[in-house]
Amino acid sequence: MTASSENALKERQFKIVGTRPLRPDGIDKVTGRARFGADMTAPGMLIGKVLRSPHAHARIRGIDASKALALAGVKAVVTHADFSKVGADLDDVSCNVMARDKALYDGHAVAAVAAVSGAVAAKALRLIDVSYEILPHVTDVEAAMGADAPVLHEDMFTSGIRPKPDRASNVVHRHEFGHGDVAQGFEQADVVVERHFTTAATHQGYIEPHACLGSVGPDGQGELWCCTQGHFYVRNACAAMLGMDLSHLRVTASEIGGGFGGKTTVFIEPVALALSRKAGRPVKVVMSREEVFRASGPTSSTAMTVKIGATRDGRITAAEAELKFQGGAFAGSPVDLGAMTAFACYDLKNVKTVAYDVVANRPKQAAYRAPGAPMAAFAVEGVMDELAGKIGMDPIALRLKNAAEAGTQSSYGPKFGPIGFVETLVAAREHAHYSAPLGPHQGRGVASGFWFNFGGQTCVSLNLHADGSVALAVGTPDIGGSRASMGQMAAEELGIDYDKIHTIIADTSSLGYNDISEGSRVTFSTGLATIQAARDAITKLCGRAAQFWGIPEDAVVWEDGHARPAGANAGDFEPLSLAEIAATAAKTGGPIAGHCEISAEGAGVSFATHIVDAEVDPETGRAQILRYTVVQDAGKAIHPSYVEGQYQGGAVQGIGWALNEEYIYGDDGRLQNPSFLDYRIPVASDLPMIDTVIVEVPNPGHPYGVRGVGETSIVPPLAAVANAVSAAAGVRLTELPLSPPRVLEAIDGMAAEDEA
Amino acid sequence: MAPITVTTTINGEAVSYLCEGDETLLDVLRDRLGLTGAKEGCSTGDCGACSVVLDGRVVCSCLVLGAEAAGREIETIEGMADGETLHPLQEKFIEHAALQCGVCTPGILVAAQVLLARNPSPSEEEVRFGLAGNLCRCTGYDKIVRAVLDAADTMRDGQ
Repeated sequence: MTASSENALKERQFKIVGTRPLRPDGIDKVTGRARFGADMTAPGMLIGKVLRSPHAHARIRGIDASKALALAGVKAVVTHADFSKVGADLDDVSCNVMARDKALYDGHAVAAVAAVSGAVAAKALRLIDVSYEILPHVTDVEAAMGADAPVLHEDMFTSGIRPKPDRASNVVHRHEFGHGDVAQGFEQADVVVERHFTTAATHQGYIEPHACLGSVGPDGQGELWCCTQGHFYVRNACAAMLGMDLSHLRVTASEIGGGFGGKTTVFIEPVALALSRKAGRPVKVVMSREEVFRASGPTSSTAMTVKIGATRDGRITAAEAELKFQGGAFAGSPVDLGAMTAFACYDLKNVKTVAYDVVANRPKQAAYRAPGAPMAAFAVEGVMDELAGKIGMDPIALRLKNAAEAGTQSSYGPKFGPIGFVETLVAAREHAHYSAPLGPHQGRGVASGFWFNFGGQTCVSLNLHADGSVALAVGTPDIGGSRASMGQMAAEELGIDYDKIHTIIADTSSLGYNDISEGSRVTFSTGLATIQAARDAITKLCGRAAQFWGIPEDAVVWEDGHARPAGANAGDFEPLSLAEIAATAAKTGGPIAGHCEISAEGAGVSFATHIVDAEVDPETGRAQILRYTVVQDAGKAIHPSYVEGQYQGGAVQGIGWALNEEYIYGDDGRLQNPSFLDYRIPVASDLPMIDTVIVEVPNPGHPYGVRGVGETSIVPPLAAVANAVSAAAGVRLTELPLSPPRVLEAIDGMAAEDEA
Repeated sequence: MAPITVTTTINGEAVSYLCEGDETLLDVLRDRLGLTGAKEGCSTGDCGACSVVLDGRVVCSCLVLGAEAAGREIETIEGMADGETLHPLQEKFIEHAALQCGVCTPGILVAAQVLLARNPSPSEEEVRFGLAGNLCRCTGYDKIVRAVLDAADTMRDGQ
């Protein structure tokens, strides 16, 4: 993209994009009418429940369900034997849905039952006799890497190391990223800071537990209603596990009560379908909160070492990180994403990150908002903070001195296009928050963060009705107000009122494949497809007008919602509105619709800088967040209220991760806090207002400049909060969460050191 | 054990239902009466998604037995709007974008309505503590607090 076209994007005036219309699903959601996963019923419906392993690691010797099946009201029992063999891409997912020869974590599903009521199903679960041989287990990431650790998978040999290991281990792979020569870089440094960090596993914490209603008839046709971020993926996974044709399973996405990455896979959906097929009746399965914690995906727990060297004037000469993430019982922790994002904010000559993917006896991790990046940023930005202190430099100035810009070769490979990192730093430095006075026991932290954002497969249909209203069918579940932003983009492009667009999430049989609503891809990719579908419809509208006027199609243009002759030479005709053309469609060639099928490329990366003030009670170690400001590049904010909402929500999830949230395992390998009482997510009284600044450096890959906004907001807060709390406590804190006992211990340790 | 017959008042209307002795009010509302606005987020009284008003008090309906509702007055999210006219809280939640996924929204609206009935001019801190029993994972609460404060203003002006 040339500089002039970039400027054109910056200068473009919009009518609807950038305004704050009411969301189309708002009334349903404030009146209780909106139908979420658990809100659907069907005639003849049974209730399904899942039996889960109480052991962290156990061989399954046998499952005897005869007593359960004999109980009145029980209609079906399924185990792994009821599922088809799947390809390598889904093998772990399938084994996580239903254990085979081994239960790999506390909560791993081993059988399921369908019965006439939840009470009968619960009773039946207690009658299923599973014979376990209990095996030694491991839940800690560094312990799982040890030579004497119990091995989860006898066929797992670490890839990426030479020579190829001859013993199975829990290390899936070792990957390396970076460029330059870090050893040489550290020699040029005046100051080097190296620290070891750990973070606890946290859960996405969506308020709506997983829920679905599945039905498979005797003709092999199936239907599934479920709360998911990606119903096309759910269809593919379920069809594979049930041995069905994709066209025989229609999946409808319910309203979704939060996902944050955690609803990008399947857990109970194939189980409901298998039970339904066996029982011949629809089966509803709803997880309890305890099941959500024990058996759906949290994120990784991590251990990380980061080393950064710089000259006295603040130029980084080398940066190195070693990241170890356990991703639960199966391969696939987001450690590579952590390694790729760790130093992405900076323009570095010498950078190296090493990533170890590790398995342990915990639930299979699922994506959690910018997977891997918040932990890596916690470590890197903590060292940056300490480095700034050591050389006596303002932390934002240190970041500005080393900030990545357009043309910088990123630490993970590609060169950046136009990016807005410097703009976020400058806006943060100039924000009133950054120079506000602090009181005793208070500290201020800043941190920055990066996320890639994704594109992906997208398919959209836009149907024009005879009355001039428009139905927009998209295939990406609305997880944060996207129906509003899609409506805005369609209205902007067509030149009609926002209220005339009705956006729905179509089922899997009504549209082509759509990738999951993940990777902050929806406003970018589905937005791009919506704009292109609108343009496709406009071409057809202009064609109808040309036909009506008897002039060539290329002599018609579309302006302000009307077809007009392209110029005086084209003829003198009254403009025709969309509604006028649509009203006569039956006579001019039939229905008018716009379509777009793409694999979207060009998602713009994004950056954020957060400022946070915290106060620490020196007697209890409790940290309180006093003030919080998010500055983030959105490229172009389509609906600023929902962009702000993403910034605020990500920041607060990050605050919870930093201060409270933690998976706690006992020595027996069982999760000790699977409830919202003991796994404490932030509540309203824990928090201040979350101020936001939307920076807009347009992404040339989108017609309006959109970048994804959903994930970057959770990347800086772990570090920003830790930096603030460290400043307030007067001691560097390197282990999350910063729970009161841990902070108090650090304060007391420092006092003891001072006395000595 | 035979099911229990319960007669109660829900959203101003007399309602009778049968329920088991161990069945929660939440299960009765959702599974027997089709009032699915109250959500089950935890079933342990920690998330507030199932909040309803019982004789003027906000309760987690997952912690109340269906049989306990006999002779009481229950208000749910389904009774908050007056026909097509939304309650000011409902309007302000939409206007302020105070919901993202919307699953906690019914419970928060119910709790906010009782909060404002008791304290028509709450401070920000009072709103935060008044809603501390209702978890929201999407919004960070900022826009929720602003919507409740704005609704309080509107409701005071309307009196």
